[in-house]
Amino acid sequence: MATELGPTPVKEPASGGTPIHHGPKGVGEDNAIASQGKWAAWLLAPTIVALAIVIVYPIISAIVMSFQKDAGLDPVTGLFTEGGPAGLSNYTNWIFQQCAAPGGGTVACPPGTLGSQFWSATGTTFYFTIVTVTLETILGFWMAIIMARTFRGRSLVRAAVLVPWAIPTAVTAQLWLFIFAFEGIGNKLFNTTILWTGSENPARWAVIIADTWKTTPFMALLILAGLQMIPADVYEAAKVDGASAWQRFRMITLPLVKPALMVAILFRTLDALRMFDLPYILTEGSNNTTTLSILVVNQLRQGFNSAAALSTITFIIIFIVAFIFVRFLGANVVEQQTGAGKGKK
Amino acid sequence: MKTPKFLLPVAAAGVLALTLSACGGGGGGTTAGADAEQGLDGRGPITYVQGKDNNNVVRPVIEKWNAAHPNEKVTFKEQTDQADQQHDDLVQNFQAKNANYDVVSVDVVWTAEFAAKGWLQPLKDKMALDTSAMLKPTVDAASYKGTLYAVPKDSDGGMLYYRKDLVPTPPKTWDEMMSMCSIAKENNIGCFAGQYSKYEGLTVNTAEAINSTGGSVLDADGKPNLNTPEAKAGLGNLVTAYANGNIPKEGITFQEEQGRQAFQDGKLLFHRNWPYMYSLATTEGSSKVKDVLGLAALPGIDGPGASTLGGHSVGVSVYSKNKATAVDFLKFITTEETQRFYATQGSLAPVLSALYDDQELVAKLPYLPVLKTSIENAVPRPVTPFYPAVTKAIQENAYAAIKGEKTVDAALSDMQKSIESASAGQ
Repeated sequence: MATELGPTPVKEPASGGTPIHHGPKGVGEDNAIASQGKWAAWLLAPTIVALAIVIVYPIISAIVMSFQKDAGLDPVTGLFTEGGPAGLSNYTNWIFQQCAAPGGGTVACPPGTLGSQFWSATGTTFYFTIVTVTLETILGFWMAIIMARTFRGRSLVRAAVLVPWAIPTAVTAQLWLFIFAFEGIGNKLFNTTILWTGSENPARWAVIIADTWKTTPFMALLILAGLQMIPADVYEAAKVDGASAWQRFRMITLPLVKPALMVAILFRTLDALRMFDLPYILTEGSNNTTTLSILVVNQLRQGFNSAAALSTITFIIIFIVAFIFVRFLGANVVEQQTGAGKGKK
Repeated sequence: MKTPKFLLPVAAAGVLALTLSACGGGGGGTTAGADAEQGLDGRGPITYVQGKDNNNVVRPVIEKWNAAHPNEKVTFKEQTDQADQQHDDLVQNFQAKNANYDVVSVDVVWTAEFAAKGWLQPLKDKMALDTSAMLKPTVDAASYKGTLYAVPKDSDGGMLYYRKDLVPTPPKTWDEMMSMCSIAKENNIGCFAGQYSKYEGLTVNTAEAINSTGGSVLDADGKPNLNTPEAKAGLGNLVTAYANGNIPKEGITFQEEQGRQAFQDGKLLFHRNWPYMYSLATTEGSSKVKDVLGLAALPGIDGPGASTLGGHSVGVSVYSKNKATAVDFLKFITTEETQRFYATQGSLAPVLSALYDDQELVAKLPYLPVLKTSIENAVPRPVTPFYPAVTKAIQENAYAAIKGEKTVDAALSDMQKSIESASAGQ
């Protein structure tokens, strides 16, 4: 709980601290501020260097690689040779699903190549994202409303709800793999003989069920944090005015919890768009459960440069989604924090 | 500061880091190192890299070596027990030209890829080793373009497990086995299963089916050769058996463990699996087939079928500085004594032909004679530097064919085209 909810309150003093510079100040304070700024730069330098090494360098390196051809085989020596510059071909090959043809040039990727799976993987990724985030939002909201009430054993419930979230995804996937086995408890319990990991719709729903089970608590807690910031007197005033429970939910709870809700949905959406471990372990990507991330990892074993292009495409897709959320749907971490700050004061 | 714009770079950096971080180790590329000639006479301490040592066989062998070679000590670098992770770890260290990965254990299917990338030292001239006492398929699997790049360390082959109580004499051919499926029906159990979930095991089973009917995935030049009547017959056998229920429908979800569980629970008449299953099926308390477990070679057209070869070889990195020590260590690993120790302590199938007829070993591992037939008839999985793409092409199309989503002809022709495209490079 602390790690997930931590960043929201922690960032507040940091961003709240900066206005000091803009505040009214005396003439003598200028020097002090200048040296403070120097100090700040020095103190920040290690972080910036660390970020440059672990984020900027790999990103630039990957983008550079994505414009290189993958190594080809020299038919005479049987050894791999450098591919040379590729221009945009790595990108266009993915988007138009073109693969190398035996005699040179390209052909439409035959079924069985990774190249033929780009659009289906994109579709699968969005399908998983839309279905899981919708389910998680509804269930998470419901759980949050229950947890926001005062009742005996509330802290126990709050802690218990966190258990699925606390289990590492790989372990979750393995557990669900046992449940979804043909002779597993899933089929035993409902007396069915569904091939959960062996046919298309069950395989997709197996992934969705496991993912929803795991991440709904995360959603619930973020929404709960939003719910608790709504002052009780607003509800009392509404009650006095004769608003029904549904009206109170629609006119008070929803608008006031919206900033927190949007941030929660944004986080979950970005997370779901890069879904990897669950389908990889549950189905190995069979039966149309190959997500873009799985495709990247598979491609990584066949050629780095093409994989770099694919991961850049994945990034752009996710970035566009994030942009839409922030720009048009009002998922705004910063404003939400300001609101929270005012609420507290 | 408090505008939405503030978020964009942060979101961008965060998202990009998440999606791209996996590729950071790339770069480098491949060069057949010109400085690789170095270190052929070099002697000194070396490192041996291998996946998780589950049966504690590596450390005792190394201790013994170290006692005899105090100036050329071997250090053991243990990887995880996941084959994919071992592969990726080796690739990263080869790309970084890590001189500390002197001797590496490679899965039979990686040899060609590593050799073609120029990462493995060819074992010829000064580095030559005698492989005449070894089983030929294991040596073939460790060679690329006629040159030995690694020395076989342990082997593995598929075998047919059957129920002695229900089948008095095991089937020799596939058709014979299918005709015995009426016995399974009478007893209300499944007839036959291998591993048909979409993963590496499906490549193994598909290749076995195709090789057993005289077909082959790749021809001698490494070109795909799948539009043949033999290949059609092979894949057709699996497809027909799944369609008519001789392979139970849950077979499509089987990896090794699920199949073993089904057989041990008495739900299968015949089962194709690796030797590791033998001791588990005969000793595990929950096994219902302990006393009725029979073993035979895989069925073929008119005799034993062609198993797919498993196992590991050991190669020397071209970046190693102490190659003379490394090659001595390779010889040490393949001595009869070490091989016998691997077999008794780790249940690893030896690569030396003579050990399969050794009375003492057979008493301990009763499956050895059957396994010998299996490995002698084994065909290495397609030896190609494009193995990762080839295995995906096989899995994807065989899976669709077995499920009935594609005809056998279409599946094989798509397999053919996919492999051609992969080998054409980019």
